[in-house]
Amino acid sequence: MDEEYDNVPVRDELREGNVRIPSGCAVFGCLSRSGRRMSASGAVDAMTYMHDRSNGLGGGFAGYGIYPDFPDCYAFHVFYDNEHAREETESFLKARFDISGMERIPTRKVYGIRGAPLVWRYFGVLRPEIAAHTPLDEEEYVCRSVIHINTKIKGAYVFSSGKNMGVFKGVGYPEDVGEYYRLGDYSGYCWTAHGRYPTNTPGWWGGAHPFNILNYTVVHNGEISSYDANRRFIEMYGYKCTLQTDTEVITYIIDYLHRRRGLTLPDVAKVIAPPFWSQIERMETSERERYTLLRNMYASLLVTGPFSIILGYSGGMMALNDRLKLRGMVAAEKNDVTYVASEECAVRAVCPEPDRIWYPAGGEPVIVELTEGNGK
Amino acid sequence: MRIDAKGMHFAALNGLIRDSADGEIVIDNVLGQRYIAAGAAGRHIVVRGVPGNALGAYMNGCRVDVYGSAQDAVGDTMNDGVIVVHGSCGDTAGYAMRGGRIFIEGDAGYRVGIHMKEYGSAVPCIVVGGRAGSYLGEYQAGGRIVVLGIGSEGRQCVGDFTSTGMHGGKIYVRGGCIPADLPRQTEVRAVTDKSELAPLVRDFCTCFGFDADALLADDYFMLVPSTAYIYKTLYVNRPD
Repeated sequence: MDEEYDNVPVRDELREGNVRIPSGCAVFGCLSRSGRRMSASGAVDAMTYMHDRSNGLGGGFAGYGIYPDFPDCYAFHVFYDNEHAREETESFLKARFDISGMERIPTRKVYGIRGAPLVWRYFGVLRPEIAAHTPLDEEEYVCRSVIHINTKIKGAYVFSSGKNMGVFKGVGYPEDVGEYYRLGDYSGYCWTAHGRYPTNTPGWWGGAHPFNILNYTVVHNGEISSYDANRRFIEMYGYKCTLQTDTEVITYIIDYLHRRRGLTLPDVAKVIAPPFWSQIERMETSERERYTLLRNMYASLLVTGPFSIILGYSGGMMALNDRLKLRGMVAAEKNDVTYVASEECAVRAVCPEPDRIWYPAGGEPVIVELTEGNGK
Repeated sequence: MRIDAKGMHFAALNGLIRDSADGEIVIDNVLGQRYIAAGAAGRHIVVRGVPGNALGAYMNGCRVDVYGSAQDAVGDTMNDGVIVVHGSCGDTAGYAMRGGRIFIEGDAGYRVGIHMKEYGSAVPCIVVGGRAGSYLGEYQAGGRIVVLGIGSEGRQCVGDFTSTGMHGGKIYVRGGCIPADLPRQTEVRAVTDKSELAPLVRDFCTCFGFDADALLADDYFMLVPSTAYIYKTLYVNRPD
């Protein structure tokens, strides 16, 4: 095997946070409410129509329902800079998880994809003796294990850690990244995708979107100006923002509010992109009290600046714009599938005649979920 | 000239248009190609499909007919000409528009006519058949915006924060649903004289086949900057 481009180390000065490259992005998502598994090639095709929103420095996809053979296992996708990092990570994982499958993620050589780290995946369940003794609930334990690997094991980065889902991302145009990971071989009930102009940072494989923790993935177009305020708040709750990029902090905010605090997704959306005080003043009493409470409770989690994000989670997808709607977002429906994208052309590339197409308002989430009884 | 744009990159497509000597150009299978008719003059361009962002940006006197929806920034800083969209459009249609006219059959996204301006006889006009998103006419400095709200009768057909920072021009809205959150520098007036409005509505109806007399028989209100707050008295022409 030609090893020339395998395992080429990333120069330290090009890591996230050391360079500023100001620039925008393309996002796309689709979900079949009936749980029909769709090939990833639709998402890849859609992204090619928004090629010029990207710059070849990042692309990625998240698929849900893609591992039906391991539905109850955490699927860890990990980047390694070297074999040593792999050995250290594997011994960490094996001490905590019963690993029922592990392999190098199959890839294909693609022109335009260079500097790939080693990419492995592991399917595992938490060891019963650990589950019995840890004071944490299982998901919290897994979340902290991921944060541990990403911050303590040099050269290792877990970029996907949910069940029956997976993230595939790297440096390159999204269509090339899709080809690299042989995404045509995967099918799932939901796909999200991203083409990245790195916003302010140079683009490293771990810094590409989607960002993930547990079953949550976020793709993001925009640049949030509240990054540091949000980061300071979220790091008080055990999260570590390792990549100095705004999308990572949004992912943790959603995990914190939805999984740990138990807020509903519409409420999460109203924390991240709340109505203005002038709008709250005109609301009915009960609504006014509710939004006032949310704004006061989580003032530090208000996300300012332009963004359009697509959140993927187990069984659903949520698209959300900043309240000023400073980034494009279009949504469409055809039969059992809902689409969202930065541009209408991406939707029409895979669904030429949607039944309905609309432009969601700023701060108004579009939430679609599997209908009752359809397996995740 | 007829072009099949299927799978064509925007640079190649726009190169073909620019290099063509034809006055009449029909482009089929358009899907997401940006900058069509940007800076162009003296052509009639028919677009079949969904053109990409910045359709007719800086356009200087073409007629563009789109049979499909348009994306963001239609007619950005457009100087002259006519854009007719047989569908809806994304955000910021007519951004900083300086002249010419844009007709949208369906809905328009956020910030229609932001920073639109006028000078002398160059008075840009935008007519939206359906609803318009928030921040309609934000920082508007001149020109005319008409929102007809066809299909939204009895409901507000413009979004929140309409006319924020408006300091010139006029916004006409059909129906009687006046937004509750208008900024204090805008004044609402009932439209009693439709002589300026009527030709725009008639041209819109000629494009899309609506009944102009019926539309014009309805009530309209108009938003204009109130003279007490307009910026043109900020540094000069100050009342003593």
